[in-house]
Amino acid sequence: MRFLNRSAGRLTRGRRGPLAGLVVLLLGLLMTGGLYAAFAPAQADSEAVADDELVAEGRELFLVGCAFCHGQNGEGIETSDGQQLGPTLIGVGAAAVDFQVGTGRMPLAAPGQQGPAKKQAYSDEERLALAAYVQSLGPGPAIPTEDDWSLEGLTDEQREEAVVRGGQIFLTNCTACHNFAGSGGAMPEGGYAPNVRETSEVHVYEALLTGPGQMPSFSEGNLSQTEKRDVIAYLNSIDEAPEYGGFGLGSFGPVVDGAVTWIVGIGFLVGFCVWIAAHTTRTDRKKKGEVTT
Amino acid sequence: MSLEQHRPDRTPAPIEDPGLPEHTWRPTDVDEAKARRAERQVAGLFVFSMLCTVLFVVAYFTISIGDDWETFGGLGASTLALGLTFGGALLGIGVGIIQWARKLMADNEIVEMRHPAASSAEDREATLDALDQGLQESGIARRPLIRNTLIGAVGLLGIPAVVGLRDLGPLPGDKLFSTIWEEGMLLARDVVGTPIRPSDMEIGDLINGQPIALFETDEEGEPIYEGEDLLVNKAKASIVIVRMDPEDNNPAPGAENWAVDGILCFSKICTHVGCPINLYARKTHHLLCPCHQSTFDLSDGAKVVFGPAARPLPQLPLGVNEDGYLVARSDFREPVGPSFWERG
Repeated sequence: MRFLNRSAGRLTRGRRGPLAGLVVLLLGLLMTGGLYAAFAPAQADSEAVADDELVAEGRELFLVGCAFCHGQNGEGIETSDGQQLGPTLIGVGAAAVDFQVGTGRMPLAAPGQQGPAKKQAYSDEERLALAAYVQSLGPGPAIPTEDDWSLEGLTDEQREEAVVRGGQIFLTNCTACHNFAGSGGAMPEGGYAPNVRETSEVHVYEALLTGPGQMPSFSEGNLSQTEKRDVIAYLNSIDEAPEYGGFGLGSFGPVVDGAVTWIVGIGFLVGFCVWIAAHTTRTDRKKKGEVTT
Repeated sequence: MSLEQHRPDRTPAPIEDPGLPEHTWRPTDVDEAKARRAERQVAGLFVFSMLCTVLFVVAYFTISIGDDWETFGGLGASTLALGLTFGGALLGIGVGIIQWARKLMADNEIVEMRHPAASSAEDREATLDALDQGLQESGIARRPLIRNTLIGAVGLLGIPAVVGLRDLGPLPGDKLFSTIWEEGMLLARDVVGTPIRPSDMEIGDLINGQPIALFETDEEGEPIYEGEDLLVNKAKASIVIVRMDPEDNNPAPGAENWAVDGILCFSKICTHVGCPINLYARKTHHLLCPCHQSTFDLSDGAKVVFGPAARPLPQLPLGVNEDGYLVARSDFREPVGPSFWERG
């Protein structure tokens, strides 16, 4: 019988090779280790510890820099006359903190209609700690990552479609305040809509998610992640588009174009005319034959 | 003609007219060499203009627009060359003419005395006489038949102008009173055309919406609304949907149950002159029209709080259908957009 044939058995052993056992052992160890690494409770614990540390660090920073207006637990503070000193931060999420602190709008230098964008006051790590702390107060939108708005992996045709659709969405939802080219504009009660072409992609995404200040939000249920991605693709395409007409003058539209034409262009011509009229040379000499009086 | 002849009744001037100052000449008037130099300057400017025109044509045909749109300080080579050469061509002619007039053309001071604007008494009398004579000779006073029929003929000429106004029609009928919103019509996001669940919206969200019918197709895959039909219906049915804290909402009388969990829907068309509005401030719930700054408080039944609009924005009563999507419970209860004559 072939099964009991020793030479046949030897043949199989030979085929397995002398290192086979070692390889199987190593594979087993690797799999065990990998599975352990993936599922082991100890790993989750250490992450949670890191998170806890981050939240604790964020809380300390918050108590020093933010609690005066937003309250010691981020509950918001109302003044005695019913005005809001700082709104509650429970549920605004890490994305709101990343936007407000990352664009320098918070901490606010002085109370006013609208906090201007300025240099970030905290380090990047401090900002993330603050975001982690505020996120721990109540669930809100997380900080988006580049995957959310990247056009990576799309064909040229798909990219073009994204830009076109993003343009339509932008013109429908954003242009009213931010201008057709994203240059921003004036808003009621002393406010203004900032220039979105000068705003980084992550901050545009976060502003859409959280609706900073008076801006309405465009949450994931309102404009999906793909639609937000397309809007950002459109904004990037404006930056890359050639300006055949020369100086864009901030793309503010006909008011600025007209003002510059009239004041600079026509002003120069008027000055030129005045210069011509002011320079006339005359001489004391007389024409031949003319009698001097 | 002296001043005295024009104004005989004028009292004598307290100070005697000093007359014109002594005339001094330009260098080109007294020095032939300088005149020739000025002549060469003028001719040189005209030649400069010709040169620029030729260069313009050369630049037009040789410099491509293409990708080189920021060759010189953010300006394209073609744009810059065309602008400079054409500008130079016009400037050369203009400056040349000015130089010519100032250096070489005649240099005389000319005084034009002021005189009364009225014609002389004789002229006025002669004109009235001529008119009288004309009336007499035409016999219009003696022949009333001719006068009356002429008045009738000229008067009737106004009627064709009035009748032609009919071509401005047809009258809109009841089109201005209704939109395509109807009971059960799904609310859809503008551009993408997807229906909306109440849970899609967070407090502070703004959605620019349209009735879903504008995105639907019939059995043959053709859009139900196309071309002008689509644009007209879109212009009337556009909406803004906002979600606010239900406690902030202070609905207009009769509209108490038109919101769904703080989700409110209003016509997007300003009641002043019909601009689409979506400048929404989420904290004050104010919706601002960019055209004339009419401001509507959406938390207060879209009441006008500022600007020239006379009426609140019409509100669309909202409901939720069995699939959980936002729907209209009826058309707008009043005409959308600006006021019109028949609206009352």
